Amino acid sequence: MSSPSPAVLLSLRINGEPVQVAVQPHHTLLEVLRYQLDLIGTKQGCDKGDCGACTVQIDGEPQLSCLTLALHAEGRELTTVEGLAASRGGVHPLQDAFDRWDAAQCGFCTPGILMSAEALLRKHGEVTPAQVREALAGNLCRCTGYTKIIDAVVDASRRVVAEGDAKSAAEAAPRRRRAAE
Amino acid sequence: MLRLPRFELRAPETIDEVVAALEQPGARLVAGGTDILPNLKHRLDRPPVLVSLSRVAGLSKVEVDEKAGLLRIGARVTLNGLSEHPQVCERLPSLAKAAGLVASPLIRNMGTLGGNVNLDTRCRYVNQTSFWREAIGGGCLKSEGDVCHVVPSGRKCVAAMSSDCVPVLISLDARVVLVGPQGRRELLLEDYYQADGTRHTTRGDGELTTELVVPLPRGPRRSAYAKWTVRGSIDFPLVSVALRFELEEDRVSAPVREAHAVVGVLGARPRRITRLEDARGKALDDPALAALVAERVHAQCKPLENVPYEAPYRRQMLRVHARRAIAALVAEG
Repeated sequence: MSSPSPAVLLSLRINGEPVQVAVQPHHTLLEVLRYQLDLIGTKQGCDKGDCGACTVQIDGEPQLSCLTLALHAEGRELTTVEGLAASRGGVHPLQDAFDRWDAAQCGFCTPGILMSAEALLRKHGEVTPAQVREALAGNLCRCTGYTKIIDAVVDASRRVVAEGDAKSAAEAAPRRRRAAE
Repeated sequence: MLRLPRFELRAPETIDEVVAALEQPGARLVAGGTDILPNLKHRLDRPPVLVSLSRVAGLSKVEVDEKAGLLRIGARVTLNGLSEHPQVCERLPSLAKAAGLVASPLIRNMGTLGGNVNLDTRCRYVNQTSFWREAIGGGCLKSEGDVCHVVPSGRKCVAAMSSDCVPVLISLDARVVLVGPQGRRELLLEDYYQADGTRHTTRGDGELTTELVVPLPRGPRRSAYAKWTVRGSIDFPLVSVALRFELEEDRVSAPVREAHAVVGVLGARPRRITRLEDARGKALDDPALAALVAERVHAQCKPLENVPYEAPYRRQMLRVHARRAIAALVAEG
């Protein structure tokens, strides 16, 4: 057995907060999240890139934390499922849609799917079932058969777009009034 | 839970520093990590040092050199970046397609072209946990043992070259650029591979892949990549075929000037199909052309029992997928 390697200080932002943590070079980001930082929303599934349960966003892009060396996250902006809820004051529209559509059964794949789906919505706005299927092609679910998950993501995308439209209309309204005066 | 073995991680900032770091015996490179990390978790190697390419600048560019008629792709370009790059999509569509068919979107956000070109060969008896390998009697030529479970009397590993981009790049006459202690060298990607599953490239221990150089089309062309898998995503190919047809004119009823076919997932080396000169002069939409190419592919390729699904079935499906890929090109017009 080789002697323990010295821990290295890792600095990154997790869900908007600066975090510093001493990590072993051979530890994955997933191990650091779950076992050092208690961020257990991110799940440990196959641990070799097949299942997508460990999906997090690194600089906004969905990636597998089980195949990311913790030290490769140095200086990066990390978002986990915990940050997804916080970003919208409690419940993200995707989480709300998963609840309404019964898109989570055992729930193990859900955090990873939410992280893949959020990146899709941010990039494309309102999405089609085909786009959802492609975006979630790396996230396995053994319970649902995917139908309700796809319905929930499509529904959430419509609501997010409608919300955005309403918000920009509300912001535009006073400007229009001022212009009329 | 699969844990990585202990190692030291170096993150140099220049290519020269990478080459220097690779001087340590047993050092391995890591870029996207989607191939090496599962293999280390399966204890297929125990490198004392991993040399990370994460901080090396200048390896992530896609550049068109119109004057030389070349597309230069940095080794750290991600597979998603490649599959969505407008110039690659427009001018080298079979390469964009192959890159976009690798594993899953998550892996394509991480995995790089350099990694895909150097993807370790795969075998149903190798890519397993060490516990599994121990249970079949202590591994094989490519892991802890000294036997081959695919070819019982074999002394050479026949693990399969399973990269999606490699057959396509070879069909496009791509060249690979390597930098090592002896400087820079460039060779045809086709000559980079050798028929030994334990060491399937001619890369020296101290070398890294920096770039892939692909000639741009000089005339009307149709190209395709066919990948047959068990599931619609995540899987490695069971067989794969890359096709390229240079045409006399820009329509599918035009005669073929040159035909190229490269097949993957046989042994450690991709296979370029020979005797395709007979395809010359036949129209791309002539069913006799598809039949001829499919027949050559079938006759010259003998899959082994090294990946899932029976070898004779995979051999039959090679013919089917070659024919279907040409039919799809014709249908696209």
